Amino acid sequence: MSRLHVVSGKGGTGKTTVAAALALALATEGRRTLLVEVEGRQGIAQVFETEALPYEERKIAVAPGPDGGGVYALAIDAERALLDYLQMFYKLGGAGRALKKLGAIDFATTIAPGLRDVLLTGKACEAVRRKDKRGRFVYDAVVMDAPPTGRITRFLNVNDEVAGLAKIGPIHNQAQAVMRVLKSPETAVHLVTLLEEMPVQETVDGIAELRAAGLPVGGVVINMTRPEVLDTGEVDIAANGARRGIAEALAEAGLRGGRRGAAGVKWADGLIDPLLEEAREHAQRVDLERAEHAELAGLDLPTYELELLPEGVDLAGLYRLARDLRKQGPI
Amino acid sequence: MTADASLPDDRATDDGTPDAATPDAATTDAGAADAAVTDVSPPGAGAASSRHTAPSPSGRGALHSPAAHLEVDPLLDDPRTRIVVCCGSGGVGKTTTAAALGVRAAERGRKAVVLTIDPARRLAQSMGISELDNVPRRVKGIDESTGGELHAMMLDMKRTFDEIVEAHADAERARAILDNPFYQSLSAGFAGTQEYMAMEKLGQLRSRDAWDLIIVDTPPSRSALDFLDAPKRLGSFLDGKFIRVLMAPAKAGGRAGMKFLNVGMSMMTGTLSKIMGGQLLRDVQTFAAAMDTMFGGFRTRADATYRLLQAPGTAFLVVAAPERDALREAAYFVERLAAEQMPLAGLVLNRVHGSGAAQLGAERALAAAEALVDRDRAAAEEPAGDRSENLGGDGIVDLAGGKADSRTADGHSPAAADPRTTDDTPSAARLAAGLLRLHAERMHVLARERRTRDRFTALHPEVPVAEIAALPGDVHDLAGLRAIGDRLASRERTADDTRQTEG
Repeated sequence: MSRLHVVSGKGGTGKTTVAAALALALATEGRRTLLVEVEGRQGIAQVFETEALPYEERKIAVAPGPDGGGVYALAIDAERALLDYLQMFYKLGGAGRALKKLGAIDFATTIAPGLRDVLLTGKACEAVRRKDKRGRFVYDAVVMDAPPTGRITRFLNVNDEVAGLAKIGPIHNQAQAVMRVLKSPETAVHLVTLLEEMPVQETVDGIAELRAAGLPVGGVVINMTRPEVLDTGEVDIAANGARRGIAEALAEAGLRGGRRGAAGVKWADGLIDPLLEEAREHAQRVDLERAEHAELAGLDLPTYELELLPEGVDLAGLYRLARDLRKQGPI
Repeated sequence: MTADASLPDDRATDDGTPDAATPDAATTDAGAADAAVTDVSPPGAGAASSRHTAPSPSGRGALHSPAAHLEVDPLLDDPRTRIVVCCGSGGVGKTTTAAALGVRAAERGRKAVVLTIDPARRLAQSMGISELDNVPRRVKGIDESTGGELHAMMLDMKRTFDEIVEAHADAERARAILDNPFYQSLSAGFAGTQEYMAMEKLGQLRSRDAWDLIIVDTPPSRSALDFLDAPKRLGSFLDGKFIRVLMAPAKAGGRAGMKFLNVGMSMMTGTLSKIMGGQLLRDVQTFAAAMDTMFGGFRTRADATYRLLQAPGTAFLVVAAPERDALREAAYFVERLAAEQMPLAGLVLNRVHGSGAAQLGAERALAAAEALVDRDRAAAEEPAGDRSENLGGDGIVDLAGGKADSRTADGHSPAAADPRTTDDTPSAARLAAGLLRLHAERMHVLARERRTRDRFTALHPEVPVAEIAALPGDVHDLAGLRAIGDRLASRERTADDTRQTEG
């Protein structure tokens, strides 16, 4: 069972929402989960409808149910993580400030290749491994709202890159330690996608990259699925054979422009073309979605589906998504 | 601007755009107030906004259509428009919009080049730029009858960086830099390199002067603003004091009268060595030494690119989908561009849904659908002879001859003539219910999109908006790009045309 869940996905697929729902879903039966974000976007705060998160682990939600656990959240800030790290390992409080003044901290967290990513993943791994006084894990699971699919392998694998750059020394050692966690079965990288061509393509490519880098792939979360109401065949029937009947049915259901009899049916008939146009677009999308579904099925990975919430995801919607995830078995 | 002249008169008042003197962010600098109309705004948008200089009485507070309409064709046609930058958060269709603008500009007579960062594979193939060679290629299949051309390229950030080094250092020094492990990581890995190199490439394309319009896509960053910040960040590092300290710790620490700094320095170099490890520190130092002569150059180039982005010939288009997060990011971006005095042409709202039957509201459509399904189900449970309403086609055609209103009373009918069950062929009632449900779904989408858009335009009524009606599938050929361009330039506002009224 994984304890570090890294959630990635193409931009616009809802990975922050899915990460939040997953953290909630994993927090049942008294478990504690930590939800971390690494991109400084304050996406978690928006999803949970709270004020901006500080660099501090704080409880932001209680999981539903009698023995619901808690979701804690942390917005990891690379600069603060570096200063903490320096303090922790080198007792460098004052020197840290001097380094900052000189631009060295800025250099390390924004310019130096890979260092930023080591700091971000390092902090998440630290939370995964942290134990309390009685030797139990402080968090039962850590969920990371990670960078998008296009950058995820480089982000997670950057420790390898740093390890190659710094062949010895503390950065090297730190990177190696982080990498050991990320490549272990303790970690699972999940990709969020929509049933659209580009996100699915990126998912397929992303999984190949993750596998090539030896990073453990978890599951695919198909987000914002919509029910199939009518397919191409049915729309064809509606457009061709059944038009008259549909006009009558509409009129009968009261959509007749206040007219009676044949005039009402005629009025209803005027609705059919625009409705059919919408139905054709829907059917075309259904066809595309079926093809994309088949493509994802070919990946041979566990998949999870989350329905589109028509009114957008508010807090209640988030709990609903968490419930839906839980119903689909362990992730 | 003949295109402007053909605008319907009522639009000017309808749009309720604040005039140029409205104290919005673009004109806070009093000295620039004049320029805001003529110079700072991009040429196309400048013409568009001058149309609105007569303040309308209904003005900003008007409930109806608070935003001006962004006219894309005048912007693309104006020879003074030299650079169009498409920016926005991930997944909103920036690349596709940039490509579509390129196709449209070329087919309207511009000699255009599109700089894409990370296009979808099939889109890249359709434009013939799936190979990364860092050089613009002419796109085939463009209608060049108006004298235009389209070139396109995909950015190779490492190669772009290498080329800068090669162009600005002698061969020996260039080799030393290119072989340095720290440089190799920096050029391929640093999160801001892509942004920096995109802007660098833009500067190069612009200085070659081979195209009269450059359309730039921006990288999929942590935040949409990285491409503004990264060049400055890298530039300030490359000629900042930190790297000088790295380069010559002894010299920096030895300056007279800087005792505090002196202590700090020696502590720092020791610390750096401890943290980074001696070998990495040496790599960085060698890199810094080799780059020494180029530092000033980097700052100068970053500054030049930044000024280029502020120049009157540049037009920023913020691309967004009509979704909460994307529009929140777009609003942030609009504010940031104003703060940086970057010329914003407007917002492109991508994938907006419309409906030809907007007079039929969602609630009513759903209620009717439910009534039809109930009736269908009830009829299905009755003996076969009574199922008159459930039939597809034939059965009901018979009924339609004028006594539709009496159908419910009609118990014996052609039903028996059609033995098909509702499972094989959907009944007309079920099809109608399906159509109505889809329509209700569409109307919900419309309402949500309109709400998010209205929130944006309430915050930024000064920003002209163009909408692109949603296509059912992905775009990956020139025909698709043309269709996007047509929709973008069309004056119809998808959501406005479909204000929901119960029918």
